[in-house]
Amino acid sequence: MKEVTRRETLALGAAAGAAAMFAPYVAWAAVEEANALIAKFTGGKAATDGKITLQMPEIAENGSTVPLSVSVDSPMTKDNYVKRVIIVADGNPRPEVATFNFTPRSGVAEASTRMRLAKTQNIVAVAEMSDGSFHMTKRQVKVTIGGCGG
Amino acid sequence: MAKKPKPRVKVPKTAAKGDVVNIKTLISHKMETGLRKDKKTGKPVPRHIINKFIVKFDGEDVFSVDIDPAISANPYFQFSMKADKSGEFEFVWIDDKGESFSKKSKLTVN
Repeated sequence: MKEVTRRETLALGAAAGAAAMFAPYVAWAAVEEANALIAKFTGGKAATDGKITLQMPEIAENGSTVPLSVSVDSPMTKDNYVKRVIIVADGNPRPEVATFNFTPRSGVAEASTRMRLAKTQNIVAVAEMSDGSFHMTKRQVKVTIGGCGG
Repeated sequence: MAKKPKPRVKVPKTAAKGDVVNIKTLISHKMETGLRKDKKTGKPVPRHIINKFIVKFDGEDVFSVDIDPAISANPYFQFSMKADKSGEFEFVWIDDKGESFSKKSKLTVN
């Protein structure tokens, strides 16, 4: 077997480093795509912080099933309720996760599910209220093993 | 898919008027994302997921979810409903091939 010289080792290392730096931008949906999705949901309106809570583990060992809980502070009456909550993941191959559609019958605006996370990333939840206002929250989840097949 | 998706729900049978009841649902489904490649042929595996989950109570909308491939296999949902009358829940899951799976459950409000 041919011995690898010091010079070659350095070149290999540099090439691997460059590949690692650029790979995320090729393989994964960019943050911009996630932002575009949120802008589409709000119709370009600004979403304010607060009223909405997103519960997720800080570190997910297995990215293929990460628990997620979202709740919005609302009386859920016919005149004042949460219409929809969108969940967006800015580091998945496709940023859309799910949209929860609530009604005044829901009683409380709370829902839980389990989702896939390809890598460490931010999860954004945006709520649309019946009065046309929007509230959002963001949370980072660190992922040990990604969960998008492959 | 090898097995037919099996829907399961956990919902109380009775409730006091005005109570908010908690409902848990699960359906067995692979939730193929469409991003995975077949290891033998190298061809992408076509997307096949449950894309919609609808909950009605006596025909009235209570809760629904638009589902994207980022939801885990065997999709699980937990949510609530305010119990103000007796009636029947209807849970419906719809997949990419247009197939639907449903389950019903009665609720008595005292």
